[in-house]
Amino acid sequence: MALNFADLEIVYEELARTLDRLSPSEREVFLCKLSLLMARDLGDLSRVQAMIQTAQNHLEKV
Amino acid sequence: MRPAGKGAHESLYFTYPAFTAPDRAHVLAHEGCRVAIVGAGPVGMFAALTLARFGIASVLFDNKDTFNDGSRAICVQRSSFQALERAGAVQPFIEKAYGWTMGRTFYRGEQILEFEMPHSDSEKYLPMYNIQQQFIEQYLWDAVAASPLIEARWCSEVTGIEDTESGVRLSVQDSNGRYQCAAEWVLAADGARSAIRSMRGLRLKGDNFPGRYVIADVQMDHTYPTIRRALFDSKSNPDKTILIHRQPDKIWRIDYQMPDGQSEEEAISEDNIRDNVGRILRDIDYQGAWELEWWSIYSANTLALDDYRDGRVLFIGDSAHIVPIFGVRGLNNGLGDAENAGWKLARVLKGLSDERLMDSYSPERRGATLDVFENATKSARFMTPPTKGWTVMRDAALSLALDHEWAGAFANPRQMEPFTYTDGGAVLSHMETAGSVKPGAVLPNERLSEDSYLSDLLGNGFTLLVLEVIDPAGLDDLKASLLGLDPELECITSGQIRARFGAAGLSRLHERLGTQPGATLLIRPDGYLAGAWPTCVADVIVAQVTVAFGRKETH
Ligand SMILES: Cc1cc2nc3c(=O)[nH]c(=O)nc-3n(C[C@H](O)[C@H](O)[C@H](O)COP(=O)(O)OP(=O)(O)OC[C@H]3O[C@@H](n4cnc5c(N)ncnc54)[C@H](O)[C@@H]3O)c2cc1C
Repeated sequence: MALNFADLEIVYEELARTLDRLSPSEREVFLCKLSLLMARDLGDLSRVQAMIQTAQNHLEKV
Repeated sequence: MRPAGKGAHESLYFTYPAFTAPDRAHVLAHEGCRVAIVGAGPVGMFAALTLARFGIASVLFDNKDTFNDGSRAICVQRSSFQALERAGAVQPFIEKAYGWTMGRTFYRGEQILEFEMPHSDSEKYLPMYNIQQQFIEQYLWDAVAASPLIEARWCSEVTGIEDTESGVRLSVQDSNGRYQCAAEWVLAADGARSAIRSMRGLRLKGDNFPGRYVIADVQMDHTYPTIRRALFDSKSNPDKTILIHRQPDKIWRIDYQMPDGQSEEEAISEDNIRDNVGRILRDIDYQGAWELEWWSIYSANTLALDDYRDGRVLFIGDSAHIVPIFGVRGLNNGLGDAENAGWKLARVLKGLSDERLMDSYSPERRGATLDVFENATKSARFMTPPTKGWTVMRDAALSLALDHEWAGAFANPRQMEPFTYTDGGAVLSHMETAGSVKPGAVLPNERLSEDSYLSDLLGNGFTLLVLEVIDPAGLDDLKASLLGLDPELECITSGQIRARFGAAGLSRLHERLGTQPGATLLIRPDGYLAGAWPTCVADVIVAQVTVAFGRKETH
């Protein structure tokens, strides 16, 4: 089941604060570790692959 | 600021009045007043009207010779309209203001969120109205000028304040000279740079947010409904934020985060304002002509006094707190302060309540400010992220929102409902409650017929709402005792509601309030629920109300 918005907001804020505590080089590794942990827990390869696609949308500056 | 060649108050659509100082002989002959209000901004004027509503006279001092310059606070929320109505001043606001319920948020030119503010036909007023602060001040002033209980002294600067045995003494300087004026109480409504605050040695505490906003008003024939627009990372202001609001008289508020690479001084130069505004207007597809009316600059702060009361001085409005504008609470909360301080002070001055009733002012209104801080902080972090972490998260949410509707919710401005009071003693919270509404919350409104609402039935003072009279003799005793506590008490029974609005009206009311037949509610003069009892037990009610709002027996 999807996380409700209030919980999602807690995640948003914890991530913002965590990113601020990390150095720029640590940030990437941290985010990848987090992705792997979440992917493992999600337990669904095709959904993880779809998310890897979605998350790449709109990254380029217009 | 206004375009080159224009006078300081030369507006495209508003004529500023020119006030003069009061007559010298008059101020020397009248050395004292019950309540002195320092500052005739919207909050000070509304405080004077609230005191007058309860028959209390006041003297209002302001150091300017006209209203505040510019449109400033333009969003007036539902609860403020209700408060204006209680003070008998709402009609011109209804006629002039643009009501709205909807907002739209865009990221890189694409709409990612459309939100509706909570609204239903139980409500008498819309959740929000747009109207320029000049009009707010004008309409409040019209009511002030019409009141025989309010004496306004313009061009009159309060330069000193000292405590005396019976209250406070103010030193005043006007164009005719200096004089002193004694008052039992002072309401300091002298704004963000409050002189009274510094004279009392008090300081605002809190945080400043990075990011500066330019607010510019333009007049144009733009056809877009009254919908709040927020633009993130648009072509006309890359990486930055823009807010657009419609105001009466074809005025549009273009509120934009200062672009990178411009100093504050550069950002507010007329050429840059015209450049930036022109670019934004092209970005929203406006091709027509426009005229620049007024502009200013601000940053977001969450600052407040630790205590809004200092002896016989009560701080109301911006003198007590400065909130980020994203929550549109600066003016709205100030009006809330004024009404809260006003009805309580009126009771104390009439001898209906002990002075300790004033102890509840700061906890209630400071609580409301802290509640705003919490939400406005979230909004400010989204509008102008303070650090790398908040910036990355904000950009991630906006980027996701282009494909995923749920992510748009992060961009909701969270304009919230009025705060529920718990501390201070002016709410009877230590009791079993009689419905879904909690004492300390604003009494919800309900539509009872085509053009009647529950709020229309409430009295000027306290209102007792008895939702099924079980014991008529008991009710008479209760009314008699409560009239001793408030001679203006209004009593409404379910019988009266049934007679006027039918059984259907009464059951709609029960449904809205979550009450059962038999419940008794006490509503404060500011529309907040003071107490709610599951049954009408007179001696319990009288005892509790006496403790909260009455006077200690004097033996
Ligand atoms: C440029 C600007 C833009 C703003 N834009 C927005 C906005 O977009 N949205 C929003 O929500 N809010 C905005 N605000 C804030 C909003 O205007 C205030 O919250 C609101 O005016 C507060 O009202 P007030 O009556 O408490 O104080 P004020 O309106 O500041 O009134 C204080 C009054 O006290 C008078 N005074 C001061 N010292 C003395 C003295 N010693 N003796 C006598 N009189 C004195 C002043 O002249 C003034 O008339 C803006 C404010 C400014 C300055």
